[in-house]
Amino acid sequence: MTAYIIRRLLILPIILIGITLIIFSMIWMLGPDRLLASYIKSPEALKTEDAKERLIAKYGLDEPTVVQYFKWLGNILQGDFGYSNIAKKPVQEAIAERIPYTLELALWAIIPVIAGGIWLGIVSGTHHNQPLDHGIRIVSLIGWSMPDFVFGLLILLLFYTVLGWFPPGYLSYESEAILRSAEWTKYTHMATIDSILNWNFSVFIDAFRHLIGPILTISYLWWAYVLRITRSSMLEVLKKDYIRTARAKGLSENVVINKHARKNALIPVVTVAGGMLVSLLAGVVIVESVFNRPGLGRFTAQAATQLDYFSILGSALVFSIILVLVNLIVDISYAFIDPRIRLS
Amino acid sequence: MSEQRTEFKRMMRRYFKSPTNVLGTVLLIFFIIIAILAPVICPPQPGRDPFQIPMATWNAAPVAPSADHPFGIIGGRDIFYGVIWGTRSAFKIGLVVSLISALIGVIVGSISSYFGGWVDEILMRITDIFMSIPFLVAAMIMTTILGKGLGNVMIALIIFGWMRVARLIRGNILQAKSEQYVLAAKALGIADWKIIVKHILPNTIFPVIVQVSMRIGSLVITAAALSFLGVGAEPGYADWGTILSYSRNWMTELNKSWFAILYPGTAMVLFVLAWNLVGDGLRDTFDPKMK
Repeated sequence: MTAYIIRRLLILPIILIGITLIIFSMIWMLGPDRLLASYIKSPEALKTEDAKERLIAKYGLDEPTVVQYFKWLGNILQGDFGYSNIAKKPVQEAIAERIPYTLELALWAIIPVIAGGIWLGIVSGTHHNQPLDHGIRIVSLIGWSMPDFVFGLLILLLFYTVLGWFPPGYLSYESEAILRSAEWTKYTHMATIDSILNWNFSVFIDAFRHLIGPILTISYLWWAYVLRITRSSMLEVLKKDYIRTARAKGLSENVVINKHARKNALIPVVTVAGGMLVSLLAGVVIVESVFNRPGLGRFTAQAATQLDYFSILGSALVFSIILVLVNLIVDISYAFIDPRIRLS
Repeated sequence: MSEQRTEFKRMMRRYFKSPTNVLGTVLLIFFIIIAILAPVICPPQPGRDPFQIPMATWNAAPVAPSADHPFGIIGGRDIFYGVIWGTRSAFKIGLVVSLISALIGVIVGSISSYFGGWVDEILMRITDIFMSIPFLVAAMIMTTILGKGLGNVMIALIIFGWMRVARLIRGNILQAKSEQYVLAAKALGIADWKIIVKHILPNTIFPVIVQVSMRIGSLVITAAALSFLGVGAEPGYADWGTILSYSRNWMTELNKSWFAILYPGTAMVLFVLAWNLVGDGLRDTFDPKMK
C-alpha cells in the first residue's frame, strides 16, 4: 500500500513538469509577434517605429526557447501567470477570484449527480428488464447523447424565458447590493454559504435560484453516465454466487441488495468518479458559459474567444493541476477500497 | 472462408436481435442518406463553397419557420440548409478525428508494448501527461492558437485524442504476448514486428473499432461545443454547433429563437444517439464479457 502511494507520488512531479512543457510549447507556437500583444497594455506603446523589435527584446521573446521556458517556469512557480487583458489584472488574481463561483457550483452539483445516479442505477439494475428499467434506460440514453449546452439552452428556454423561475447569471441586483454593503462578511466568497453564515435567507434563495439551472443541466447529463455504470455493475454482482447464497439462506430481497450487493457494485463507480469529476470540470466551462455564471469556466471560454493567451494558459494550468490531484486522490482511495489493486 | 461467413452471419444475427441496435443502425443509415443527398435536398449556390450557409436575409434577428425556410432563419442564415449540410460536417469531424487519432494510438501503443522497458515507460508517461489536461480545455486552447476553422478544430481534437486507444492497444498486446498462438509464432522464428502486425493486431483490433464508434458521438459534441463557445468553425459554416451558437446572442429572448435550438439540437442528439447505440451494440456483439 505504502509502496503504491509512493510510486504514485513519484510520478506526480514528472506529470506536472510534462504539463508545463505542453502548455509552454503552446505559448511557443504563438510566436513572438502574437505573444507581444499579451504584454502590451495600451496601443501607445507601439507608436514608435522600432517599438515592436524593442519590445520583443524587452520581454525576452527573442531568447532561445529553453531560456524562455525556464524563465516562464520560474514566473509560474513564483505565482506570476502574466497579465490578463480581459480581466485587466494579473491572471493569478483573476483566477483566484473566479474559483469560488465554480467550486460552489461543483459542490452543489456533486451531491445530486452521484446520489441520484447511483440510486437510479440500483433501481434499474434490481428491476432488470422490467418497465421501470426500460423507462430509466430510455431517459438516460437521451441524456447520454445530449450535448450539455443544448440541454442548458433548453432549460433556460423553459425555466427562464417561458416560466420565469430560474434566471441565468449569479445574483439579482438587489442581492448584489447586499453583498457589497458593509454588514456583509465574505467568509467563503460563495453566496449560498455566506448567506447562511450572514443569516440572510433572501440572498440564499436568490443565489440558489440562479444555481438550479446549472445544477439541473450537470445532473441530468451525469446521471446517464453514473446510472449506466452502477446498473451494469449491479447486474454483474447480482449474478455472483454469494448473492445466490444469501438468497438461499432466505434473506429478504432488501437485505440482499442493501447489505450484500450494493457495496460491491459501487467499486467501479469509485473508479470512474475521478474521471467524472474531471469531465465535470470541463463541463463547467460550457455550463457557466450557457448560464452566464462568472466562474473559472466562463473566464476560460471568454479568454479563448478574445485571444487573451495568458489567461487561457493560466486557466489550463489550474484545470490540469486540479485534474492531476483529483486523479491521485481517487487512485489512492481506490486502493483502499479494493485490496486487489494494492497487492498487484 | 465459409466458416468465417457463418461466424459473421451469427454475429449479425446477434447484433440485430437487440431493438436498440436496430434503432441505432436505422438512424445512422438515415443520416448517411441525408449526408449523401445534401446537394439534392439543399442545392448550394453555383460557384460557392457549399459549406457556407447562404444568407437568406441581412437582418440578424431570428425569423420563425415558414414554407420557404422550414426551420426558420437566425443570423440571416437558413437553418434548414445548415442542418442538412451540417450532417456532412458531423460525419467529417467524427470519422476523420476518431480514425486518425485511433491510428496514432495504435502506433504508439504497439511501439510501447513492442519495445517495452524505458521506451514503454517514456511513451506511457507522455500518454499520462496528455491525459492530464482536460480534453475540452486542451482542445479549446489548441484551436485558439491554431486559429478558427473546422480543420483546426479537427487537428486540436486529434492531438489530444489518441491516448485511450494507445493504452488499450498496449494492454491488449502485453496480454497477447503470453498467449499460445504468439508463443507458437515466436517458436517458428517469425520476426517480432511481423507477429504484431499479422497476428496480434488483428486479434486486438475489435476493441479499438468499438471504441472508435463509441467516441464519434462525443467528438461531434466536443466540436460543436467549441463552435458554440465561439472558438470552433467560422460563423456561417454549415455546422450544428455554429447554428446553436447564434442563440447566445438571444439568451434573454430564447422564445423568439427556439427553432434555432430545437432543430440543430435534435439533429445532434439523434446523430450522437445513433453512434452511441451502434457502438454499444458492437461492443456487446464482439465482446459479450464487457456487457
